[in-house]
Amino acid sequence: MMQALIGHIRGIGRRTVDRVSRMGVAARFFLLVLLHSGPSFRRFHLIIREIFTAGVLSLIIILVSGLFVGMVLGLQGYETLQTYGAEESLGVLVSLSLVRELGPVVAALLFASRAGSAITAEIGLMKATEQIAAMEMMAVDPIARVVAPRFWGAVISMPLLAALFSAMGVLGGYLVGVVLIGVDAGAFWSQMQAAVDFKEDILNGVIKSVVFGIAVTIIALFEGYDAPPTAEGVSRATTRTVVTSSLAILGLDFVLTAFMFRGV
Amino acid sequence: MSDNLIAIKDLSFSYGQRLVLKGINLTARRGQVIAIMGNSGCGKTTLLRLIGGAMKPTSGSLKVDGIEMGQIDQVSLYQLRRRMGMLFQFGALFTDMSVFENVAFQLREHTDLPEAMIRDLVFMKLNAVGLRGAHELMPSELSGGMARRVALARSISLDPMLILYDEPFAGLDPISLGVTGNLIRRLTDTLGMTSIVVTHDVQESLKMVDYVYFVSEGVIVAEGTPAEIKASQLPYVHQFVHGEENGPVPFHFPAADYAADLGLAA
Amino acid sequence: MQRATLDLWVGLFVVAGIVAVLFLALKVGNLGSYDNGETYTVKASFDNIGGLKPRAPVKSAGVVVGRVAEIGFDPENYEAFVTLSLAARYSFPRDSSAAIMTSGLLGEQYISLEAGGDEKMLANGDALKITQGAVVLENLIGQFLYNKNESQTEQAAP
Repeated sequence: MMQALIGHIRGIGRRTVDRVSRMGVAARFFLLVLLHSGPSFRRFHLIIREIFTAGVLSLIIILVSGLFVGMVLGLQGYETLQTYGAEESLGVLVSLSLVRELGPVVAALLFASRAGSAITAEIGLMKATEQIAAMEMMAVDPIARVVAPRFWGAVISMPLLAALFSAMGVLGGYLVGVVLIGVDAGAFWSQMQAAVDFKEDILNGVIKSVVFGIAVTIIALFEGYDAPPTAEGVSRATTRTVVTSSLAILGLDFVLTAFMFRGV
Repeated sequence: MSDNLIAIKDLSFSYGQRLVLKGINLTARRGQVIAIMGNSGCGKTTLLRLIGGAMKPTSGSLKVDGIEMGQIDQVSLYQLRRRMGMLFQFGALFTDMSVFENVAFQLREHTDLPEAMIRDLVFMKLNAVGLRGAHELMPSELSGGMARRVALARSISLDPMLILYDEPFAGLDPISLGVTGNLIRRLTDTLGMTSIVVTHDVQESLKMVDYVYFVSEGVIVAEGTPAEIKASQLPYVHQFVHGEENGPVPFHFPAADYAADLGLAA
Repeated sequence: MQRATLDLWVGLFVVAGIVAVLFLALKVGNLGSYDNGETYTVKASFDNIGGLKPRAPVKSAGVVVGRVAEIGFDPENYEAFVTLSLAARYSFPRDSSAAIMTSGLLGEQYISLEAGGDEKMLANGDALKITQGAVVLENLIGQFLYNKNESQTEQAAP
């Protein structure tokens, strides 16, 4: 009994140490990526290629999701607001929830499952098929050639995707609220403009999406680079990327929100 | 310049506690094709990785072109690797690039040659392996043998002095096998390279190599020219060359008494 | 994929992203109503500002003519002082009055500027003399109930 308990506690201790040391390795990896970023900026077409795979290929899911999230916000918001006779504030509700929270967070979650998992799978597969080792044997640093361009491509794409998500969401809210239900268009836009501050809301939302982009990309790259070079290892790493980065997004969102919107 | 491109003396290597290589002695002269043979898991791939500088020896000396690999730093290692090529087991072609881009990869990374010259060089290398016509294909569209030949073209793109082959014959049909074997021999001779082939395909490699080393359990158990090997009466070599089921390498993994395991002993 | 097609797509993507940011900034946010032109500041004191916040609009005849730049407390008079930043192209007479109003019943609060009749115009750093603070709903209801009580007792008196 006592023995089993001690065993469990030992297990917790070991897992904690493992996690912490893994985070340390990931942090070192992050630093390494930043240090080796020079060549990819000198050869910018490498980054452009990765903006395509991370950003352009995520466009459809981001745009469609943004539109629907905005439309749902419009419907639900109207239902609630009309009880108080404040349906003119629909624009405020839709835009503030999108710009402050849903835009950066949902876009980052979608990005993690669309682009993040693809990055992990691709790098894991490159490792499993010895492409990374082959690159090293050709005297080409894989961090500089493979990892850094993907990092910058994804980090550049993320805020653009989040902005597109929010913009589509506002349009969705407008479609449902103004075009479909018939809220006054002038009130919808003017109240929105009066309530949404460029620095407080929009800029903070952009900062959030940049932070999420860095977190998701580093997790995806690290999991891929660290994956055991087998089919099972790669598939597990892909799952772990989605789970870990989703948790990281939500956790970071809380911390950032606490700092940004405290007392306002 | 020494005549020996690779000189290995009393080389040992261990993964953690496990001793994989125990006192290897091996030399490769310039222009030779050397085969390192042995059954799976005997440490021959490890030996190849040590020569390539992917790992450092635990003890002993390993010199490539006169450079001691145990003490080499990252910069000189990368310098050395530009003069080295490696053919991985399944080619390890970059799956997101076309055949052309794969062969052009090192030229683009390490040189500032104009596009027209890169194009000519790539076509020359692809022509040498007979795949100039396939330059637009993606690696996923190639057969195993073709992928191996493209990878060979890629590894000779910078005209290296040394090429390491990790199981170049694994998983090939007899025709591709013969083609690959001949290519290795011909390229080594025409380009004045040295080739180290790690393989367990006895018949194919004995046809084309200059010298053979047999590795078993981390030590070199036999060496010699193909003729000497074929004539060898050493039990291990005999078993290996003729593919016999039993010999020094047993068919059975060490186990408890068979009858006892079946519960018949009592 | 060809490098040219790749570049085109990425270019389109980046342009679309920047357009989205601009849309958010100008159409959704208040960056569009920032006056890029020159502004001048005017001070005003209020006995109560209610729920007025920095960056609240300053309107005259319903048109936004400026923003609340700063809100502070004056410990000598126990009043709130508000700094208004007005667009330079609008000038107001010196005896203009400021009042804190509420848009709608429960909407946000803003400052309404009522133009006066003076010939001299407000200059940078001037203070508004006539101000009217925010109407606090509780006070209003209290007053209403008090008045109602009074009129009832009056009716009951004769």
